[in-house]
Amino acid sequence: MSDTLRLPRIQRRRHFKSMVANGIIMIFAGMAILPLIMVFSYITSSGLPSLNLDFFVKLPAPAGETGGGMANAIAGSVLMVVMSGVMAIPPGLLCGLYIAEFPRQKLAGALRFVIDLMTGVPSIVIGLFAYATLVVPLGGFNAFAGSAALAIIMLPVVSRTTEEILRLIPSQLREAGLALGLPRWKVLLRLIMRAGRSAIATGVFLAIARASGETAPLLFTSFNNQYWSSSLSEPVASLPVQIYTYAISPYEEWHRLAWAGSLVLVSVVFTINLMSRVLLKRSSN
Amino acid sequence: MQNLETSIIAAEGISAWYGNHRAVENINLDVKSGDVLALIGPSGCGKSTFLRCLNRMHEEIDNTRVEGRVLYKGEDIYGEDVDPVAVRSCIGMVFQKPNPFPTMTVAENVAAGLRLRGGFSRSEIDGMVEAALRKAALWDEVKNKLRAPGTSLSGGQQQRLCIARALAVQPEVLLMDEPTSALDPISTGRIEELMTELKKSVTIVIVTHNMQQAARISDQTAFFLMGKMVEHGDTEQIFNAPAREETENYISGRFG
Repeated sequence: MSDTLRLPRIQRRRHFKSMVANGIIMIFAGMAILPLIMVFSYITSSGLPSLNLDFFVKLPAPAGETGGGMANAIAGSVLMVVMSGVMAIPPGLLCGLYIAEFPRQKLAGALRFVIDLMTGVPSIVIGLFAYATLVVPLGGFNAFAGSAALAIIMLPVVSRTTEEILRLIPSQLREAGLALGLPRWKVLLRLIMRAGRSAIATGVFLAIARASGETAPLLFTSFNNQYWSSSLSEPVASLPVQIYTYAISPYEEWHRLAWAGSLVLVSVVFTINLMSRVLLKRSSN
Repeated sequence: MQNLETSIIAAEGISAWYGNHRAVENINLDVKSGDVLALIGPSGCGKSTFLRCLNRMHEEIDNTRVEGRVLYKGEDIYGEDVDPVAVRSCIGMVFQKPNPFPTMTVAENVAAGLRLRGGFSRSEIDGMVEAALRKAALWDEVKNKLRAPGTSLSGGQQQRLCIARALAVQPEVLLMDEPTSALDPISTGRIEELMTELKKSVTIVIVTHNMQQAARISDQTAFFLMGKMVEHGDTEQIFNAPAREETENYISGRFG
């Protein structure tokens, strides 16, 4: 090869350094996703053998007996997550809208601060709060208290995402709406919210995923229940609490079911996350 | 004083601020019904700010203030009980950058003002959408893609879509803030043609940096400089025999 076609020495050195740097970055990236892969594969290998139709349709079996499932816990989780969504999503959306659109108002600044604080409150504290305000006065563990605790966890997440998305919407859209002679509330609710709807939906999904996996706020609010319950004033089983109860029990059979429950829970959360990504991607195209 | 017979908008002593900076100083200007009035002047001279004072859009920016009166058909739009929403539905606006609503189709964009205001049936809206698109000379190009996203149109079509959207709510005055500055010459030409057609039904106030454009399309021209209105008169007179030296200098390209 003639000399003119070969990289000069200094360029070869740069090339080498670049490869080393790339290699280091890849190693660290691998370290970052390694825990996720390990958790997922471990849960799958431990949970999958115990996962069968019974798990989804049967009630828990009494201690000592084999078989049984977590059907009531799955139903309870769905019930409480839906309830908490109903309680948290509309105010969360409006909160985020208000903070994003009226940043100069004092109340908006205060609200933003409160929302930030709420994001940082440990979920066990939220559970305690719900216990003190909704369990003790109502005379016992109940599904409503559990839903309320989950709602308190969801609300700041929904509000923050809504706010962040709305800030990205160009002000020309607001002006376009106002210049059509539309009142501000219609511009905000029907035009601006609509322009950000899929990104906001992503935030809502993430909040739902977060609430689905919470255990601490449910431990002393909705507590647990070995049977079916659809009453909001009764204790109700939920997937995370059932996993917790089974995991700390001395029975091998219950441990197996706890693994199966974990697999279901992780898959649900994973699916919701994935769905929201797809949604976001579709909307940005 | 305003001559109610002919002028539809009369600005009286309008000043406008951004914080402590006064961008527009004491403007008195009449717009005759059915005219096209062009506001010209170098960047930062306050012409866009003044335009936004005419339908109360200036106050939508944080920390701004307006003083003076703007009479629309004799009534002060800055009066105490006046609803800016009502003002803007009579005095519409088209912006520099085409800004169709991104999640809406072509037809939904045009219908947005009507639909959100309410009180029209679906078939009424369909008719008004077609009428507005025809007025904006866009119907033939989009009649087969009414359900395509508004943002899928070309830049010039998007701007005409925005004009159609503004026209659909049937304003009597249309304020246009450099509507062609983001467009190529062919799209610009189409919008200019459109304006000469539109002036039969609406009064137009247009801010433009393009002096040939002002000369081609306007009946009246006002020249702004550093927040003040230097001169206002018939377009022919302003371009052929300006009374003030600053106007002459600007028009002949000696500055700005």
